[in-house]
Amino acid sequence: MVTLLYFASLRESLGCSREQVALPSGNATVSSLVDVLRNRDGGWTEAFAPGKSWRVAVNQRMADLSTPVKPGDEVAFFPPVTGG
Amino acid sequence: MPRVRVQEQDFDVGRELESLTRGRTDVGGLASFVGLVRASNDGHAIQGMTLEHYPGMTEKALEDICAQAHARWQLLDTLVIHRVGALEPGDRIVLVGVASAHRGDAFEACEFIMDYLKTRAPFWKKEATAQGGKWVEARASDDVAAGRWKV
Repeated sequence: MVTLLYFASLRESLGCSREQVALPSGNATVSSLVDVLRNRDGGWTEAFAPGKSWRVAVNQRMADLSTPVKPGDEVAFFPPVTGG
Repeated sequence: MPRVRVQEQDFDVGRELESLTRGRTDVGGLASFVGLVRASNDGHAIQGMTLEHYPGMTEKALEDICAQAHARWQLLDTLVIHRVGALEPGDRIVLVGVASAHRGDAFEACEFIMDYLKTRAPFWKKEATAQGGKWVEARASDDVAAGRWKV
């Protein structure tokens, strides 16, 4: 299992801030995890559609589609940041 | 050592900046930046905004940005305070303070920290407008500003 976190507009559009999911079998990466999310109904397909702008962090470090994900990891999805 | 704080409450700019030089005589320049909530953005009025962050990662990102500044310039101390939660026009959002022996390093490092904070630290602004809440979109100009430092 991994913990998924969603922030800001992504959290609102998905109606979810945190969940636990099972990892895809094999050598899981952010990419294979996103494939699972994209195959869910409704807002999930839209939010993770190709070309949509989002960022990902694994264990609180910026990551990308090729970053490996292992059991117990914390994976966070969010829009481009707008602080300052 | 860089000091980083993420907090809901306001901060006292004078007291915070003084903390960078208190008890030491090697500081020759202290540069600072204070970010404030504007009452309008891209031509529409703003009644207030809410700032969200990623507890844990945000602090780490700010510490990492300060560490990069320390590696690149001759700095004696750095401070970053960023507010979260509900803010109104005129409220302070962020304070960056940089102490150095000379002004050049302090000025450049202060600008670097702000540019990197705006593109790397996980904060998100949601504006309250007459038409309802609106998440602020990232600006390409901020990426350009951060890109010129080329680390």
